[in-house]
Amino acid sequence: MKEKLSYIGRSLPRKDALIKAVGAAQYADDREFAGLLHAAAVRSPRPRIKILSISDARARRLPGYVTLVTYRDIKGVNKWPVVMQDYPFLPEKEARFAGETVALVVAATARAARKAAALVEIKYRELPFVEDPLKALEKDAVKIFGDDNVISSFVIKKGSVDAALKKAAYTAEGEFSTNYQVHAYLETQGAIALPESDGGMTVHSTTQCPFYVLDAVAAALGIPYHKVKILQTVTGGGFGGKEDVPALVASHAALCAAKTGKPVKLIYGRKEDFQSMSKRHPGWARVAYAADKSGRITACRVNYVLDGGAYSTLSPIVLWRGTVHAAGPYKIANVDIKTYAAATNKVPCGAFRGFGQPQVCFAQESLIDELAEKVGMDPVQFRLKNLLEPGDRTVTGQKLNSSCGLKELVQTVRKRSGWDKKAKPRAAAGDVATGIGFSATYYGVGLGAKGRYLDRAGALVNIYKDSSVGVNVGNTEMGQGALTVLAQIAAETLNAPYESVKVEEVDSSKVPDSGPTVASRTTLMSGNAIIEAAAPLRERIFKTAFSLLSAAGADASKKMVAAGGIFSMGGKSVDFRKVVAECWFRRLKMSEQGWYAAPRTTFRMEDGQGDAYVIYSYSADAAEVEVDLKTGVAKVKKIWAAYDVGRIVNPRLAVGQAQGGILQGMSWALYENLIYKNGIMVNPNFTDYVIATTADKPEYDITFIEKPYAGGPYKAKGMGEVPLIGVAPAVANAIKNACGARVNSVPLLPEKIWKELKKVAAR
Amino acid sequence: MKQSTSPFVLKCRVNGVSMERELPSSRSLLEFIREDLGLKGTKEGCGEGECGACLVLLDGRAVNSCLMMAVQVHGKELVTIEGIKGRDGGLHPLQKTFMAEGAVQCGFCTPGLIVASEALLRRRPKATLEEIKLGLTGNLCRCTGYEKVLSAVGKARKIKK
Repeated sequence: MKEKLSYIGRSLPRKDALIKAVGAAQYADDREFAGLLHAAAVRSPRPRIKILSISDARARRLPGYVTLVTYRDIKGVNKWPVVMQDYPFLPEKEARFAGETVALVVAATARAARKAAALVEIKYRELPFVEDPLKALEKDAVKIFGDDNVISSFVIKKGSVDAALKKAAYTAEGEFSTNYQVHAYLETQGAIALPESDGGMTVHSTTQCPFYVLDAVAAALGIPYHKVKILQTVTGGGFGGKEDVPALVASHAALCAAKTGKPVKLIYGRKEDFQSMSKRHPGWARVAYAADKSGRITACRVNYVLDGGAYSTLSPIVLWRGTVHAAGPYKIANVDIKTYAAATNKVPCGAFRGFGQPQVCFAQESLIDELAEKVGMDPVQFRLKNLLEPGDRTVTGQKLNSSCGLKELVQTVRKRSGWDKKAKPRAAAGDVATGIGFSATYYGVGLGAKGRYLDRAGALVNIYKDSSVGVNVGNTEMGQGALTVLAQIAAETLNAPYESVKVEEVDSSKVPDSGPTVASRTTLMSGNAIIEAAAPLRERIFKTAFSLLSAAGADASKKMVAAGGIFSMGGKSVDFRKVVAECWFRRLKMSEQGWYAAPRTTFRMEDGQGDAYVIYSYSADAAEVEVDLKTGVAKVKKIWAAYDVGRIVNPRLAVGQAQGGILQGMSWALYENLIYKNGIMVNPNFTDYVIATTADKPEYDITFIEKPYAGGPYKAKGMGEVPLIGVAPAVANAIKNACGARVNSVPLLPEKIWKELKKVAAR
Repeated sequence: MKQSTSPFVLKCRVNGVSMERELPSSRSLLEFIREDLGLKGTKEGCGEGECGACLVLLDGRAVNSCLMMAVQVHGKELVTIEGIKGRDGGLHPLQKTFMAEGAVQCGFCTPGLIVASEALLRRRPKATLEEIKLGLTGNLCRCTGYEKVLSAVGKARKIKK
């Protein structure tokens, strides 16, 4: 029986739309405090240096200059607590990438602080550095991380790939690479630290992960957690870029505040944000697939390398997600996956929507098309023959449950895009060739086995006397719509009017550590925590409503119906406000805390077998692309996409996530090209690093196939990252379909397409 | 670069109110708006005129306030997002359609986009969707994929202020 829901599945208005539309929302830089000082970072000019001295002699002459802050001012431990703890808050002897913060200056105004930073003199000696991640792994490479430059490494092994490749009727093999992607959140990084009279610190931070900020600030200052409070400000975009690094920025602000005893604001300029904050890892993958005569995939081998940059930060976890998903969403008996994150003297890479999956997905989904061609099958038919279904096992041996609609997604996109008619190569119209390409993906929701100790979340639900409902959670709104979706979940559970529910930005002192706001886990984790907190409240409210209705003479033999904030029974009704007033009158407890811990996940390091994630979301994409045969310029005309992300809580927001993710994926696929030359980033700005604008926007066609997940809040899974992952290979496959050019490296720049076109013409 | 200390008496209208302010001639328009006037709705996204988050209306035309000096608005009419209102003093049609269509996500680009759209529709009230699409290329948004932004501006054409 389908339950009747009042708020779940409806496109209710966004809670934060009004304050954002009138310009009243307060982002980090918009907050002002009396006596506020401003900090700016002094950055390493070269890829790898031995620091000899740092002097602010010239800066001291500037009006408004306050002080220099170096590692000597760190009272706590000079190790930023992320995964491996190799990144110091401020370097002591050696700085490892151009743009790394080596010291901070504090001044009366932001402008004075920036000027002072430019006047600080670093005396240094240059050290030999590593730029290329593949060379970093060679024996004779300069060692900058451990004794082999390997930050992290994983394997998945199953069956015998060698034997299967030998026996195969068809094989396809290829090398693929993808470049960096810059998050380009419109709000740059920033934080404000306010010293408290008890030696504590309150920090306002634009962040996805207030509890990472808490860990870091407490560590840097050497004070207990209960003296640190992190308040998340309205956050102007994240996409993974505000997962780990805001903790570093906030710690720097806190060190400045601790030293001066004054509130200190540290806001990044765009250039330094490019140079020093996390990025999507450049990836390199060599992939081989084998198939038997019937077109069944029998084996997959993947060698996958990520360019981790100068410090490990999140590389181990990003690499692990990439490893688990490296073979694609297919039934494959023989698998051999080896992956490495290599250290280089460049900006440390971290989380970015898709988290290590898009890079390897580009490789394997491009190659699936090549294999289908060798087998002589249509790429969609070939996928349908091999895709995972409920009851199948993934390459890690995990058995999939019924919440897997992948084949339906593929059929939906096939139909809606008119695939069967369009897939056959079309004759070019003049200089313009049109083609269509496909991809299918899966995505493990939540942190999975490698992050399982962090995979829990808390919630606090307060129902006030006036019946307004305040909800605190530990996961953040960064633009995706968490405040709205979580309010819908709370309203639904309590039968409170949606308008009366407010979910607040995170205050680390109100809820326990709820892990990061990443891995498309917020709806699932915080949603479940809210339901747990609300359950006893719901019971009290519903019992009180029943007794009020009974007292009013309602026929108690009839079932009480609760919908849209109204309770009714046998012709009588009472609203939420009256019921809550009665609860308070009866001195019932109207505040509860909830907690949700994800089910157990496993991963055996020796062979990569285990139940890696609690549940998977799925996507299928088709891209229609026009290629100018004279110039090699590709333009995406339309993307058809279908997603199984479980029950959709708010369709309008879900479509927004889909369209935004698709465009971000397309922009990475075609345009975004961050360039390093001799260890220096050469284009850290939006003029030379191009992202998609309105003019590049394709047409979108989006469908949701809701396969309910029993463990999710109102049967939802996770949404945020899924739409980006399959876009690049769909576009690459469409270019191949249009003009025969197979481009193996992202971005799919005109010159690369043009070069391949010349090869095609020469054949 | 030496900081200019020569003060300048700036007279202009801001969001409909006449004002006079003494400030250093080296002040950027964005600094003037955010720091001197305390109007925080105008955002700095890049500081180099690339992203459109700091757009304001100067005599009805959209300008990147990060690229202008405050003294350049002398004698002119400046409107920031705080001054974008409907005729009844309530929400402007663009603000209504941005909210209704779901064109607001993280919101950091939203003030700039609304200012740009207002300038565009003032100039061409019957702009086609294609003209709107090309007219907003100077405003970067990383969240929405632009679809809902364009439909919001499209719908606002039909609403009277």
